[in-house]
Amino acid sequence: MATEFIARGADLSLVGIRREFPGFTAIESLDLHIPAGEFFALLGPSGCGKTTTLRLVAGLDTPTEGQILIGGEDVTYSKAYQRPVNTVFQSYALFPHMTILENVAFGLRQRRVDDPIAKANEALALVQLGHLANRRPQQLSGGQQQRVALARALVNRPSLLLLDEPLGALDLKLRREMQVELKAIQMEVGLTFLHVTHDQEEAMDMADTVAVMNKGRIEQMGAPEKLYDRPHTAFVAKFLGQSNLFTGEVVEQNSNSISIDFKGHKLTVPKERAEKHSGRITIGVRPEKATFHMSAPAADSNINVIGPGEIIDIRFTGVSNQYLIDIPNIGEVTVFAQNMGQSPVVELGAKVWVSFKVEHAFGLSDNPDQADSEQ
Amino acid sequence: MAFAAFGQGGSPKHGSPTKSNGLVALFLLLPGLAYLALFFLTPLVTLIITSLQVPDASGEIGVYQYGFRLENYSDAVAMFWPHIARSFVYALIATVAALVISYPLAYFLGVRLRSKPILQGLLLTLVIAPFFISFLLRTFAWRQVFSNDGVVVQFLHSTGLLEQTQYIAGTDFMVIFGLTYNFIPFMTLPLYTTLERLDLRLLEASNDLYAGPFTTFRKVTLPITMPGIISGTLLTFIPIAGDFVNASPDFLGGPKTAMLGNVVQSSFLETNDYPTASALSVLLMGVILVLVSVYVKKSGTEDLL
Repeated sequence: MATEFIARGADLSLVGIRREFPGFTAIESLDLHIPAGEFFALLGPSGCGKTTTLRLVAGLDTPTEGQILIGGEDVTYSKAYQRPVNTVFQSYALFPHMTILENVAFGLRQRRVDDPIAKANEALALVQLGHLANRRPQQLSGGQQQRVALARALVNRPSLLLLDEPLGALDLKLRREMQVELKAIQMEVGLTFLHVTHDQEEAMDMADTVAVMNKGRIEQMGAPEKLYDRPHTAFVAKFLGQSNLFTGEVVEQNSNSISIDFKGHKLTVPKERAEKHSGRITIGVRPEKATFHMSAPAADSNINVIGPGEIIDIRFTGVSNQYLIDIPNIGEVTVFAQNMGQSPVVELGAKVWVSFKVEHAFGLSDNPDQADSEQ
Repeated sequence: MAFAAFGQGGSPKHGSPTKSNGLVALFLLLPGLAYLALFFLTPLVTLIITSLQVPDASGEIGVYQYGFRLENYSDAVAMFWPHIARSFVYALIATVAALVISYPLAYFLGVRLRSKPILQGLLLTLVIAPFFISFLLRTFAWRQVFSNDGVVVQFLHSTGLLEQTQYIAGTDFMVIFGLTYNFIPFMTLPLYTTLERLDLRLLEASNDLYAGPFTTFRKVTLPITMPGIISGTLLTFIPIAGDFVNASPDFLGGPKTAMLGNVVQSSFLETNDYPTASALSVLLMGVILVLVSVYVKKSGTEDLL
């Protein structure tokens, strides 16, 4: 009898997952819930445990502790071939002894789905490779192989599709195209996607929810805009985009805001944008939300000011200019200014003050030096 | 200076480099060609000429004259067809047995021990270790192990697994056992080479696509390692079909186990019937050539060889 052809995504829950290998712990403690039909990205540097997580979900590895539930069903100890999950591997892992069409039909044949060839052809058409059905994988380019790997996984209509950095090997232009295509396919077929990547732009661009992973733990999870606007830890602030971070003791606080003393400068952050309200805390701001001035700005409780400093580097990146400003006794601050038709008005060595609005500041739960010393 | 020299050497005459390259290639090939002509082509032609010779008019044994007697072949087949058939049946059984034993061994060495290179190297050495001892000595040792008054046979007799009148030495089983044993490394090594390169991520992909361990082996591992199976079976089947040591009564064989190689040996050295021995050798070569081409064609891997 033909196995039921699942047409919708299922939700995934990881409960208290821990995975130890001889000599190190890849995942310390992981709790995660991905609602059905969501595009979820696990973002982190290499070695953070994100690929191990993926392998646990795929069934290619077993957790030391914890439970994995797909669509409410406990699959922790079921084999990879018993799970309603398919993976697009980083290496694509296409079978070299089969044609493209047979590669795509492989999963359908295993599950004895009716008319596997017709369905495989449809899937190839979806990724615009119908004309290459009878080629061998080694005759295809990297981008084409990637799309075959995607079709081979998608054609099975898995409850959950796992993507293990599938775009890593592609050049920038192709990667952008594939990102758009992948997102469109996900919307069209309505499957749950779990995407593992170290590319923060890719994660923010495609995912509904991003979880930033570091050293076997999830540091922060949420919608991309929220993560970017209000990172909770120094790691997230630095890994997801760039940040200017300032650490100091809290010297003043009222019902709405708290202020720290940062080497003689008073910096303020709204209370609801700060994770920690006392002691030694870190306040940060994104470089594009900071501006610089040729003269000291007038005192304003809504604006944080530091300086004066000296511009030591200017980088032209097309859309914007990136200024690196060295402030004596304080360190370097980065400011992005969009190129809105005017050429930069300052040159290297100019003396400037940096300012940013209090409402754009964010307060972290840890301090960057702590995070560094842990490493 | 260096650039000038480079330019002078490389660019001016476009036609000459190819021509002189061809000459250089020919020159480098000469030793190989000479070797082939001297040690392969000449004996082959001599063998074919001998296989067609006719007995001398004097009737003296071992003296022959040049001729073109094709009946030498039909006579040889008529007289020795059981030996020819036995050779190929033995070779087939021993090759299959070697494959069945070697594949799991090579899989263990090449796949399971990948993370333990020291153990892998050690065990691989053990596979080759028998080569350090003479082939004849090892074969003779097996005869001692299975000799009529040896421990193994006595044990089998006492337990009743073997009739009191039955022995192992000199049987078909003994010869096939010896052939399998002696040629197993030739099967294991090519299999190991392909299994060692097997991309395990493909097996994971197969698992991910709902194929269990057995299906994954049949649909992924086996087809991908087919080149190793082909070269391993060829490397064992061909020499086994021509072997004359294992089946010889001096070693593991008996009166009813003589293979083609034993007939060739006795025709040449004992009865001095050179044409028959040569005809049988040419026949063996021809049959193997046909079998191998059909086999390679059938397995669809001619581009892999």
